[in-house]
Amino acid sequence: MHRFANPARFLRLSAALLPWCAGATVILMILGLWLSLFGSPPDYQQGETVRIMYIHVPAAWMSLFVYTNMAVAAAVGLVWKHPLADLFAKAAAPIGAGFTFVCLVTGSLWGAPMWGTWWVWDARLTSVLILFFLYLGYMALVNAFDDPQRGMKAGNVLLLVGIVNVPIIKFSVDWWNTLHQPASVMRMGGPSIDPSMLAPLLAMAGAFTAYFLSVVFLRLRTEINQRKIQTLRLSAAADGTRG
Amino acid sequence: MTRKKRRLTMLGLALLGLGTATALALTAFQDNIVFFYSPSQLQTQQVGDRNFRLGGLVEEGSVHKQPDGVTTAFRVTDTAHTVDVSYRGQLPDLFREGQGVVAEGRMANGVFVAREVLAKHDEKYMPPEVSEALKQAGVYKNPAESETKTAKKE
Repeated sequence: MHRFANPARFLRLSAALLPWCAGATVILMILGLWLSLFGSPPDYQQGETVRIMYIHVPAAWMSLFVYTNMAVAAAVGLVWKHPLADLFAKAAAPIGAGFTFVCLVTGSLWGAPMWGTWWVWDARLTSVLILFFLYLGYMALVNAFDDPQRGMKAGNVLLLVGIVNVPIIKFSVDWWNTLHQPASVMRMGGPSIDPSMLAPLLAMAGAFTAYFLSVVFLRLRTEINQRKIQTLRLSAAADGTRG
Repeated sequence: MTRKKRRLTMLGLALLGLGTATALALTAFQDNIVFFYSPSQLQTQQVGDRNFRLGGLVEEGSVHKQPDGVTTAFRVTDTAHTVDVSYRGQLPDLFREGQGVVAEGRMANGVFVAREVLAKHDEKYMPPEVSEALKQAGVYKNPAESETKTAKKE
């Protein structure tokens, strides 16, 4: 039973944290959406289209944040064989893929009127598309084995190989000339974005983070409980045969 | 304990190797990853008459609608060098003098004939009032002018 010692502690901790994360998601999402749609001015060049950014940029941040966390979990899973680390990566993958998808779609919707094109193969857009495929590939790989343990191991290796893409995405706009603009918030010399527009952006980023934590806790709890049921069934079956 | 340490070392070495390989590959493909050439790069690059993208700022006062009504002539500059561009078709919302553009096409008789013109947005976001106030205070001008200023300072 010592195998579940840590997961048991996680179940208690996450049960206590979950209502707070869910509450923060609701409050920050309402605040963020209000600020994005009504509480912030239009841009001097883009006009009202700038509001797409309040979804696009937090989604892009989250896609990188979730992947980096999954890769760290994969390293812990491979080196220390910690069962919770494997489960975290598996639970977080669909959420990260969702954020990446939202980032790609909103970026395309912004690009069509502003750049004059839905899609270009520049370094930033292409590397984010690769990130999306990494998420999908990981999910497919983990479920492709009969033995879940082997699937996790293969998935962890893929996550760690894919981590090289994360700095490429972040710095693609600095290393090469791209159609995508350089970073506005996390850059040398402070943000080049007006405080009235930074506020909705940060509120939405907070809402997305709280949402991620809530859903990943829920998914992890479900996964752990499923494993528990399976273990109980197996031991019951073993007892039954022993008679 | 030693097995965990060995796995950790293996992982560290593998990541180091992978990182180095990626860095080398990206350096080798440097020229193919750039999305566009600047007018200065065009001076040294052999482009011939193949398709490529040209990027820079639309020079102030250089935009002229041709008599046929659908062709626009303008100049793209990076403040050091300038290229004449001619484009037939509709321009994106953000296209204006002093704004960044990326045009795809080829050189013909010293003029870049564009098939497609995309507007490039910069990393500055501000409300119209702030942009007005900055302009009046003389702190912020449009990107083309401010870039010429910094270029002179250096």
